[in-house]
Amino acid sequence: MRVWVPLDAAARALGADEVAEALARDFTVTRNGTRGMIWLEPLVEVERDGLRYGYGPVEAGDVAGLIDALRTGAEHPLALGPVEELPWMKAQARLTFQRVGVIDPLSVGEYEAYGGLEGLRRALDIGPEAIVQDVTDSGLRGRGGAGFPTGIKWKTVAGAKAERKYIVCNADEGDSGSFADRMIMEGDPLVLIEGMAIAGIAVGAVQGYVYCRSEYPDSIRVLEAAIGKARQAGILGDSVLGSEHAFDMEVRVGAGAYVCGEETSLLNSLEGKRGTVRAKPPIPALEGFLGRPTVVNNLISLATIPWILAHGGAAYAQLGIGRSKGTIPIQLSGNIRHGGLFEAPFGMTLRQIIEEIGGGSASGRPVKAAQVGGPLGAYVPHWNFDIPFGYEELGAKDALLGHAGITVFDDSADMLKLARFAMEFCAVESCGKCTPCRIGSVRGVETIDRIAQGDEDGIPILKDLCNTMKWGSLCALGGFAPFPVMSALTHFPEEFSGRREPRKEAAE
Amino acid sequence: MIPAMSEPATDADFTERLETILGAHIGREGPLLPILHDVQAEWGYVPEAAEPVIAAALGLTRAEVHGVVSFYHDFRDHPSGRHVLRLCRAEACQSMGADALADEVRAALGIDFHETTPDGRLTLEPVFCLGLCACAPSAQMGERLLGRATADKVRRLVAEVDA
Repeated sequence: MRVWVPLDAAARALGADEVAEALARDFTVTRNGTRGMIWLEPLVEVERDGLRYGYGPVEAGDVAGLIDALRTGAEHPLALGPVEELPWMKAQARLTFQRVGVIDPLSVGEYEAYGGLEGLRRALDIGPEAIVQDVTDSGLRGRGGAGFPTGIKWKTVAGAKAERKYIVCNADEGDSGSFADRMIMEGDPLVLIEGMAIAGIAVGAVQGYVYCRSEYPDSIRVLEAAIGKARQAGILGDSVLGSEHAFDMEVRVGAGAYVCGEETSLLNSLEGKRGTVRAKPPIPALEGFLGRPTVVNNLISLATIPWILAHGGAAYAQLGIGRSKGTIPIQLSGNIRHGGLFEAPFGMTLRQIIEEIGGGSASGRPVKAAQVGGPLGAYVPHWNFDIPFGYEELGAKDALLGHAGITVFDDSADMLKLARFAMEFCAVESCGKCTPCRIGSVRGVETIDRIAQGDEDGIPILKDLCNTMKWGSLCALGGFAPFPVMSALTHFPEEFSGRREPRKEAAE
Repeated sequence: MIPAMSEPATDADFTERLETILGAHIGREGPLLPILHDVQAEWGYVPEAAEPVIAAALGLTRAEVHGVVSFYHDFRDHPSGRHVLRLCRAEACQSMGADALADEVRAALGIDFHETTPDGRLTLEPVFCLGLCACAPSAQMGERLLGRATADKVRRLVAEVDA
């Protein structure tokens, strides 16, 4: 009998390796990606009568008592029923993540059996111009947070004249609260490879690089193995699926610099330089890696391309709201009962996501605020949770979509401390190129410390500083660090006033 | 104390090992980061003596190479302890008590972040996100990952690695 135990880093962090080892004595174990229900990890699945039944969270000590239930379907306290029927799974529109958790991530055969390579085959049929048109029609925008239309970026690179062009995947997923890229690399790496190959064909690039952060050793290992499989299967190489198009790719590993998630500093890092930000123009689409035309796309954008090509841009554009088309992998984390990844069309409100899908706080205490979009995203107070999830909708409330991570805090959170952390993080990670970010973040920490000591004269100075950083910084690091700071200050002013006594730790 | 290392610059096979690493990457597009990662994997840090050799091989100045080494958090200019324990300090982990956990771990180990235990066994480092945000707080030690970390779980992890 076949059972599945995720190899995803989150499942491993909760003991999946030990569970897999214990099950291997009695079953054929496949290591899959995670379904995204992290609170149920390690989630063991077994196939009976063509349906996959879930059990979780399973600890190694549970395995002996679980074997009979897995074989026969006998009742068991950890039994969850058919996985696809679980409310969390049924409520989703899993397009980008359709195979994550379902297939063996390194099986090209299973990948194809579940719809893989349909997009690449159609891309080869319709040719570069039609591919770019389809991506444009889909309304897909950069999933790293900037929200730039992917089709327009591709058109610029396609139109640039150069002997060599590149596809660079930004997998420097440094935002706390984000793990969508990691889940793809570990759970369905072939979809990224397929997406990059399609991008290469569309713009005339024959080489791709995935810039992955060093904090993701599991992702690097799985993705590199998948690239090897893709070469063997003829998906990568001199002739992509037997066509006249060549495309190959490799993984490059970052070195612990958050700012390298910014596309120009990523390119510098890829070239072997300090990861400092470049002034734009020139834009990377015209002068990117090694000065050549380069598509720099977020991993989720690229991993969504195969679905778009397989089903057509119009089908994708039917989903979502306003100018936020398609689906978005929402990542729920922090102090949340049901944390994980939930892919849905844009448009759900934060309240639906946090309360209905996430089940409220893990601690059982009232939810106070959620940081949306990573360390540079705003803290949205609970009374503003009716904002629909979309680029413009969040922007209108001085918040950001970012990489679609939502980190939940209960009422014990100390907003001044979180604001200070945002400035401190910016100071540590600043590349140093521009003054508002390099100096401003240090002054920000000092000013918040003054306010914490009870000096309210620091508050207008902090506001002024945030304004300077927001408008004067070269990139989003210094430019967006004011979002968490100002949102904390705006929505929770009482936590910044009259602080003579140090407060209790946020987590206590 | 940290075990004494042979002085790399005078070590005969130092150059040979470095040349092997360089040989594997020269000719690639943007070879410096892959080289530095391999150098650190080989010696546990980036020996200062390696910088001029790498610079000469890539047609860079020594200052340029040093500038890259010093820019990135990952690259060390001295060896770490035999094991490196990393605790995530980012927001999602903070929301689940990472700061209190860090205090407990620091007290239990008797060292602060960026410090190594006197027996050279363990270095404690902060990390800003392991992507384990839905099972926070998290920790990492080599290949081992820890979700929903507690001080007890961290202590067990530390005890196991040398067992």
